[in-house]
Amino acid sequence: MSNAAIHVPHSHRAWLYVLVSIVFVFLLVPIFIVIPMSFSDSKYLEFPPEALTLQWYRTFFGSNEWLAAARNSLSVAAVATLISVPVGVGAAYALNEARGRLFVLLRFFLLLPQLIPVVLAAIGVFFLYIRLNLVNTFAGIVVAHSALCIPFVVITVGAGLKTFDKAQENAARTLGASRLRAFWDVTVPQIRLSIIAAVIFSFITSFDEVVIGLFVAGGSNTLLTRLMFLSLRDQLDPVIAAISSILIVISVLAIAVFVALQRPGREAAR
Amino acid sequence: MTALSISERATARPRREAFYRARTSAAAIPAIVLVIVMVGPFVWLACLSFVSEGHLSLANYQRMIDNPSYWKIIVATFQLSAIVSILTVILGYPTAYLIKLLPPRLATIALGCVLVPFWTSLLVRTYAWMVLLQRNGVINDALIALHIVDTPLRMANTMGAAVVGMVHIMLPFLILPLYASMKAIDPDLTRAAAGLGASPTRSFFQVFLPLSLPGVFAGMILVFVLCLGFYVTPQLLGGGNVVTISMKIQHNVAMYADWGAASALGVILLLAIALIPLVAKAMGAAYAWRMR
Repeated sequence: MSNAAIHVPHSHRAWLYVLVSIVFVFLLVPIFIVIPMSFSDSKYLEFPPEALTLQWYRTFFGSNEWLAAARNSLSVAAVATLISVPVGVGAAYALNEARGRLFVLLRFFLLLPQLIPVVLAAIGVFFLYIRLNLVNTFAGIVVAHSALCIPFVVITVGAGLKTFDKAQENAARTLGASRLRAFWDVTVPQIRLSIIAAVIFSFITSFDEVVIGLFVAGGSNTLLTRLMFLSLRDQLDPVIAAISSILIVISVLAIAVFVALQRPGREAAR
Repeated sequence: MTALSISERATARPRREAFYRARTSAAAIPAIVLVIVMVGPFVWLACLSFVSEGHLSLANYQRMIDNPSYWKIIVATFQLSAIVSILTVILGYPTAYLIKLLPPRLATIALGCVLVPFWTSLLVRTYAWMVLLQRNGVINDALIALHIVDTPLRMANTMGAAVVGMVHIMLPFLILPLYASMKAIDPDLTRAAAGLGASPTRSFFQVFLPLSLPGVFAGMILVFVLCLGFYVTPQLLGGGNVVTISMKIQHNVAMYADWGAASALGVILLLAIALIPLVAKAMGAAYAWRMR
């Protein structure tokens, strides 16, 4: 342990424990308090709820508007992930292998969508789509979201490739495997975790995206986040508490699945 | 050399070249598409911001100087970002420090607690604060029940609400990299200070804190820059009482289709975001040089 040599009694650190506990309450309570509140029968979402009800969930699952938006969000996120992960893995592989000024520049371009504020990317995309007649189309939203996801894939898979010993792929090739076969059978299983992480990150990035959707995802191709944002701007609709609770449970499950996958992988690597 | 190896070489070279070509295109094609979709249009817009009524002009920028409301928005955005980044450091530094002190198992759990908000939808977290801060929300109920206030405080739709929500969203962006940089500080240095008779407080302030400052600085700049371009949270929690550069950009485009004004503001925002880390880096280098 790094602090083994310095013994500070816990009582001397009491203020630190108190302060950090407050920070953790601040970080976590607002998120999880939404779940019990979503069962409150009051329009103002009392806490603790005086009477329990499923009516906000019923409203959500009974509304064609909300359900269509949720379906759109899921399909856009799925297609954007299917595009951005293979493309990003290829790009990360190339960037990891190649040297030279050209690739430094290409890396910069590949990370750029994450570096510019999303509002600027959004007005740029809107400006372009008006000219290409892509505003409010499924294809347009998918392309914009994929562009937003690719930097995540390049970063995550790039980090995975850094820890991968290239000699293994070369060994497979010496033994007669083609480049593609060596990559698929030797490299991919080794960077499996980074690819899974990239899939989760891409899906969440697309699913949670608000600002680009606000500009280019209207009409019948509206997204869940866009509908939530527009509704919240006018009033605090309790249906959103139900939707939020579902989303919170999904993200906690996604993290849990990822942590569970990571454990055995790490031990096997040792 | 046998004939076989010569023929092998003859086929290997074009194959390797084909591989190099494929490799370059694997990075270049997506990079070009990203530039066309995400960067190109904005560069185009940035060029258009120097055109007014068909002529090359600075009218879009002149308006920002002439019209005090633009200046107010720019100042408000910087103020909001500064307040949020300072508060994030005040809350994030002790948290990262304590996580570093924890035994590995507890540290993993603590990091997990920081990751949960990080991977929860931004909109959901903003909504949670809207509900908590509303007039008859949990916080007002608690304050009244504890007799701290008699009438509900007006917390929703204020600058304060925007600050609280933004700090909540920015904390993981500070804690995670700061924790990593604290982990990288050589523990022998604080041990040496203790060995030489420094009290834990003294060794923290004279050894650990100065060594952790570059990490703090980098995290704070990241948070500041992210806040400058933040849209969703200040829009919803500020409820129209907070107007930032990105809101004005969105408004100009969506309401008035005023691309010139929007892109001029965008150019200013982008310049700030690109220049602030560079200036900070130079200042950091100057500081490091002076400390030699």
